[in-house]
Amino acid sequence: MVEALEGSQALARAVVLCRPGVVAAYPITPQTHIVENISKLVADGVAKLELVSVESEFSAASVAMGAAAAGSRAYTASASQGILLMAEVLFNIAGLRIPLVMHCANRAIGAPLNIWNDQSDSMAVRDAGWIQIYCADNQEAIDSTVQAYRIAERTELPVMVCVDGFTLTHTLEPLEMPSQEQVDGYLPSYRYARSLNVRHPISQGTLVGPDVFPEARHSHHQALLNSIAEIESANADWAAVSGRDGGGLLTVEGDPDAEIGILAIGSTIGTLAEAMDEYPDRPRVRLIKLRVYRPFPINALREACRGLRKLAVIERAFSAGMGGIVGTEVRASVPGVEVYNYAIGLGGRDIPLGIYPRILDAMETGDTGFRILDVDLSKLPEEDR
Amino acid sequence: MIELRIHGRGGQGNVVAAYLMAAAAIKEQRYGQAFPAFGAERRGAPVQAFVRIADVPIRRRSQVAEPDFLIVQDQALLHVPGVLVGLRRGGGILVNSIDSSEHLSEQTGHPTIAFNATALAQRHLGRPVPNTALLAAFLSLSEVLPIGALAGALSDRFKGKVLEKNLSLIEDAAQQVPGGIWKTMRRAPEVANG
Amino acid sequence: MSTETHVDIEQLRRRQPRFQGLESGHRACLGCGEALAARLVLESAGPNVMIANATGCLEVFSTAWPESAWRVPWVHSLFENAAAVAAGMEAALKHQGQSAKVLAFAGDGGTFDIGFQAVSGMLERGHNVLFVCFDNEAYMNTGIQRSGSTPHAAVTTTSPAGRERMGKRHLKKDIVSIIAAHHVPYAATATVAYPSDLRKKVRRAIDVDGPSFLHVHSPCPLGWGHDSEKSIAVSRLAVETGLFPIIELERGELTGAMPIRHPKPVTEYLKLQNRFRHLFADDPRAREELEHLQALADYNIEVYGLLGDGPDPLDTSGIDKVYRGGAKWA
Repeated sequence: MVEALEGSQALARAVVLCRPGVVAAYPITPQTHIVENISKLVADGVAKLELVSVESEFSAASVAMGAAAAGSRAYTASASQGILLMAEVLFNIAGLRIPLVMHCANRAIGAPLNIWNDQSDSMAVRDAGWIQIYCADNQEAIDSTVQAYRIAERTELPVMVCVDGFTLTHTLEPLEMPSQEQVDGYLPSYRYARSLNVRHPISQGTLVGPDVFPEARHSHHQALLNSIAEIESANADWAAVSGRDGGGLLTVEGDPDAEIGILAIGSTIGTLAEAMDEYPDRPRVRLIKLRVYRPFPINALREACRGLRKLAVIERAFSAGMGGIVGTEVRASVPGVEVYNYAIGLGGRDIPLGIYPRILDAMETGDTGFRILDVDLSKLPEEDR
Repeated sequence: MIELRIHGRGGQGNVVAAYLMAAAAIKEQRYGQAFPAFGAERRGAPVQAFVRIADVPIRRRSQVAEPDFLIVQDQALLHVPGVLVGLRRGGGILVNSIDSSEHLSEQTGHPTIAFNATALAQRHLGRPVPNTALLAAFLSLSEVLPIGALAGALSDRFKGKVLEKNLSLIEDAAQQVPGGIWKTMRRAPEVANG
Repeated sequence: MSTETHVDIEQLRRRQPRFQGLESGHRACLGCGEALAARLVLESAGPNVMIANATGCLEVFSTAWPESAWRVPWVHSLFENAAAVAAGMEAALKHQGQSAKVLAFAGDGGTFDIGFQAVSGMLERGHNVLFVCFDNEAYMNTGIQRSGSTPHAAVTTTSPAGRERMGKRHLKKDIVSIIAAHHVPYAATATVAYPSDLRKKVRRAIDVDGPSFLHVHSPCPLGWGHDSEKSIAVSRLAVETGLFPIIELERGELTGAMPIRHPKPVTEYLKLQNRFRHLFADDPRAREELEHLQALADYNIEVYGLLGDGPDPLDTSGIDKVYRGGAKWA
């Protein structure tokens, strides 16, 4: 049944449908509505779970980690500074191979203080060893949440479902919530092989020296690479259950034969797709939505880029002093394709449909250097331009 | 696609108004999208929210820069820079005001309807919250959606006495403005990929 | 009759009278107070517990992969989050309807300093967790750096004595009062010098349905600079001088204190440890610091009413529950 739901409200319901035993979170804009909605579902008796309202994001991640280690499905959510505060725990959770799911309501990182949407937060922890899924819309975010638990528990890898803050979390749109039966049928009850259990005591998180550490890291890397198959099957199986396919690793739309492509990540993709229609005098491009960023789907990407001459990678974060993050990785992955790389929409700057011709024009210049495409240099003193 | 911008002040239920409008469209089996111009504003500060209604899925996430209509919850906001910016030529403005429509049309340079939503809300709800009355008045003027769709959206959000009062409010509000006079100002419905 | 003795390790284990949650064979230093304290805590906590352990000596010496000295479920996450991880474990067990008690183990760094916020949050939220702080009064795992728990005037590698300094300039944080201010059902101090008292308190804390806190004075021969065989003596002197009062607090109220019949001068405690050696130099500043430390001890004796003729603190025949039948748990 289609309902009119705010993104956060829908995500809260999706989380509860997955029957977590423990939810721990600390409020931060724009994640707050998700946790508020879960709290209300608990207060109303709809959700039977232990809600732990902690004193920091650091503890939010730690409580969720402890709960998952002790044998309960667990959940947390955060954004921006909160992601950075929990960064140490995020690495730890992944290193311990604990199957946890969290939402990142993507938001810029200060200074300067900014509460609006970009993806600097989740990009900053891309090396934490988590699976990262970026959602183009709220329907995909709901479906990805359910899939995330299955992926996490089958691969023993934590999954971060990234949802553009405000742009998705605070947008009301028609959404289809899965039924409890659908979710229960798809997602078996939580099972974690290394659960803490007084009958079978084990020690987790031991000291590992140089004699085994590289092997531990290798196995983590390998697990992430191997998770690609699990991510694809999780999506396919969920599509069979729900009738909705949010795309596995990535999806391609627009003109499949175009020699010019644009790759984007997160909610920007919808705006670009409509912009192609709004500018009929401009060429249609091959539009690639990168849904799974970690593990980096290099083979699928090469396949999607086959026959492309030029590709613009559009992202909502960058590495100061270097340039694009996704763009740099894409460039390294698709030899033979001229890769252009732009950041847009930083700190919540509106991404209008007009960004589409701007991207195409910028690609015309042949200058493949990274740029913040929508920067207004006139706002800066001469020496900073 | 019809695009709306709702201007109000923090605490006036601006976001709720936008959500209700989009929810009403979804009730009518159409596509609706609503979101606030996210800010860090506190109570009383000028705020805005956006609504899109269409017959095809809405995928764009940009703010509404060129609205077909404006709903302004407080007449004083007409003087706030940017409130009228981008309104399409011939686009309509619905203002919560005790002023006359003629005077405000002259002032804004656009067809403007003045409607005392605060008083009506006070009468029905006992609270001076203009948002629901304005939505009903807007639907009556534009016939973008039937009033029943708004009633449906309200009944998803409210219950009991509060719902009853709101339903009588929107019925009353719809009668207070000249029905259908903005109907011709709507852009032709688009077709998929059109 | 043969004089040869054959020791069968399996036999020995079977006859081992007490539950050993922390097995021998770990890599702690000779005379480690923390290792002893952890062993004592688990003897009376029993097998129906799970541990969240902060980073530190205890974690490092007990679990060099692929070995582990723990016979109970044990997880180490990070330095500063033992209380939060324990809270998560407790929430999970609650949701599952399980009865195991969750313990959080941390040193003074993980309790007084970097882990302080998580401890406070866990206590405030009322999790059914026993938090045990093994206090060896400095960052021993990283090589003896000062912490919020290092006593005034003690020398560490980051609070050395020199021409301008007499060791740590600041006071030891009064952690138990801070914990008690959370109005937790039960908080207590203990030391490895009084194992019976320690075990009794562990049982009390385990039986509390809610947050409880044990602050265990745990000598570190390496960091404090005393002979390994003197750990117990040093810890006992900390109590007998009044520098480490043995108390119990319920809901923030003082409900018990181990009396000191004949308080000893603090110098008896200090002189056994190299970290205080500079206080015995012929230097007016040293004498002043000694007076200062004596005043701190006198203050403790006064505020906690430690002078008295209650039960002999050396008496170890008090309530003493331990889980027996070692082989059962092997």
